[in-house]
Amino acid sequence: MREPYNTVTGKVLYLPIDNIDTDQIIPARFLKTVTKEGFGELLFHDHRYDEEGNPNQEFAINQYPGNVAEILFAGDNFGCGSSREHAPWALTGYGIRTVIAPSFANIFKNNSAKNGLLLIELDEQPYQALKQIVENNKDVDVTVDLPRQQIHADGSDFSFEIYPFLKTCLIKGVDEFGYLLNLSDRIKAFESARGER
Amino acid sequence: MSEARTLFDKIWESHVVVREPGMPDALYIDLQLIHEVTSPQAFDELRKRNLPVWDPNRIKGTVDHCNPTRLGPDGDERSALIYADENSRKQILKLEKNCKEFGIECFGLDNSARGVVHVFAPDLGLTQPGMTIVCGDSHTATHGAFGSIAFGIGTSEVSHVMGTQCLFQSKPKSMLIRYIGELPHGTGAKDLILYTIAKIGVSGGTNYAIEYSGDAVRSLSMEGRMTICNMTIEAGARFGIVAPDETTFAWLKNKKFAPKGEVWDKAVAAWRNLYSDEGAVFDKVIEIDVSKLEPMVTYGTTPETAIGISDIIPDSEMLNYSGLKAGNPIAGTEIDYVFIGSCTNGRLADLREAAEILRGKKVADGVQMIVVPGSGTVKRQAEAEGLDKVFLKAGAEWREPGCSLCLSMNGDFIEAGKRCISTSNRNFEGRQGPGSRTILASPATAAASAIKGVISDPRQLEVHHA
Ligand code: SF4
Repeated sequence: MREPYNTVTGKVLYLPIDNIDTDQIIPARFLKTVTKEGFGELLFHDHRYDEEGNPNQEFAINQYPGNVAEILFAGDNFGCGSSREHAPWALTGYGIRTVIAPSFANIFKNNSAKNGLLLIELDEQPYQALKQIVENNKDVDVTVDLPRQQIHADGSDFSFEIYPFLKTCLIKGVDEFGYLLNLSDRIKAFESARGER
Repeated sequence: MSEARTLFDKIWESHVVVREPGMPDALYIDLQLIHEVTSPQAFDELRKRNLPVWDPNRIKGTVDHCNPTRLGPDGDERSALIYADENSRKQILKLEKNCKEFGIECFGLDNSARGVVHVFAPDLGLTQPGMTIVCGDSHTATHGAFGSIAFGIGTSEVSHVMGTQCLFQSKPKSMLIRYIGELPHGTGAKDLILYTIAKIGVSGGTNYAIEYSGDAVRSLSMEGRMTICNMTIEAGARFGIVAPDETTFAWLKNKKFAPKGEVWDKAVAAWRNLYSDEGAVFDKVIEIDVSKLEPMVTYGTTPETAIGISDIIPDSEMLNYSGLKAGNPIAGTEIDYVFIGSCTNGRLADLREAAEILRGKKVADGVQMIVVPGSGTVKRQAEAEGLDKVFLKAGAEWREPGCSLCLSMNGDFIEAGKRCISTSNRNFEGRQGPGSRTILASPATAAASAIKGVISDPRQLEVHHA
């Protein structure tokens, strides 16, 4: 079980840059590890810190002191590059629960689905409208209403599409693993029908 | 009712545990292979959920990516681990410990059958026709050479299979690649697949499962079929498959995990039904004429930049990295290193192919040649045939099994700016070490180039038979 995703209201981490690859999300040198923990601190590491390891104040993430944004507003083709599942681990580890972008890379999509991270692909027109709102007021509260498949911000509503199975998993707080575990009787039946166990 | 079905379809449909509208299929997985890099977090997930492994017999572990391929000072590989970097050492020991805790058989550092995950499993007969096989590694498609559905998965999915023996998967589209004509003398599986990727492109197979067919495939050894399926992912497809036949059964007979006695006879009878029916419909069919195939080599930083050995290097932005000059012939390009190994070409047939060319010859001055058998089983078989002696006499290094220079995670690497002709599968920037330059080729082409010190056509070297 993970925290069910229902309606999330939060601040926006504003990074409307195209083609942010997994190397930028989490650099390759941090992959030789045996845990999933600690990647939140490393999210966007090479943008976030300078060479001495001090926070780079220019970078969006450092402009939300003590106020972790839960929604990432990104550009086109977010999450391209390698298949590392460390990328969604870094995002959720930091506290991001939703990423909004015009499109996402395939493998990143797959890996996010496994980690309770909601990816919202917005069409050009609503994407630009939402972008305007956030750009004008970086402190705006944005609400993602998953059951209704809507985003609310500054009095405007934008609707989005989502694969029904994924929506169910997120709302129930079961990930695919939880879902599969609920099927265990049918898995056992399948095995005995094949003459096993 | 008898509807013509593809081979892929037959296997997929017989493994669907639950199918519901609006959902991907819950697919039963017969065999999961694990290695040290993509499994530790999956075991932690089980611990977090307080779950046992669903069926420990359906999982086998091995170490390959991070282990050193040199022995320690006392002639022991485990002691060499002390000198490997701390995180590699941790990952390897962790795998061995995790397997023990969850009751999984692990072909760890001390096991003489261990090796690259896609080499050691077929060696032992773990990979069998009609199976569904997964591994947290994109080259899992290798096992499709036996007529199985085999694909790479992410770490979360590794834990799903550990905990439930199932995965949610949407069925891919189907593609048939039909080769026309026979492989010309002096060419083989590696040339065939490089040629194919050059033809369809690195994303030509995206969203597809590819079945390979035609006489050129039928005439290949199991090793050759594995080479082809292995590189399917380099064309963007997660699945590659070849229908099993007598060659497949002959490979499997008497292997450690293969069925025995009556069970064997029954298994073979069932395996004989694994083929695409006459009239089966594929979403896409591609025909490729191979009758003019040449030994293939790459000039750029993706596997689709493969050209014939007598071709001229075309203009490309990738030349900035690879350091080659457009308009020059690719043959004659100087090399610094030769790597024979990996899950693409680290099997016995590959080592034989290279040794045949090297026998009685010397590696050129200034060239370092490293031969890394794909598994302990391959290593022992090769030594029994005296292949190690051929390599050592020629001046090459004969190492312990592992992934080694294929991705340079274990301390083996090519220096920046140096060029390596390699029998592996990826020539990406920095794949063999930061700044390294990789030319992909067959074992024969790599060996011929080792002798000359420049990219060379293996057909032009006379061969001394043993
Ligand atoms: S040999 Fe190379 S491609 Fe094969 S599993 Fe090892 S690292 Fe991956």
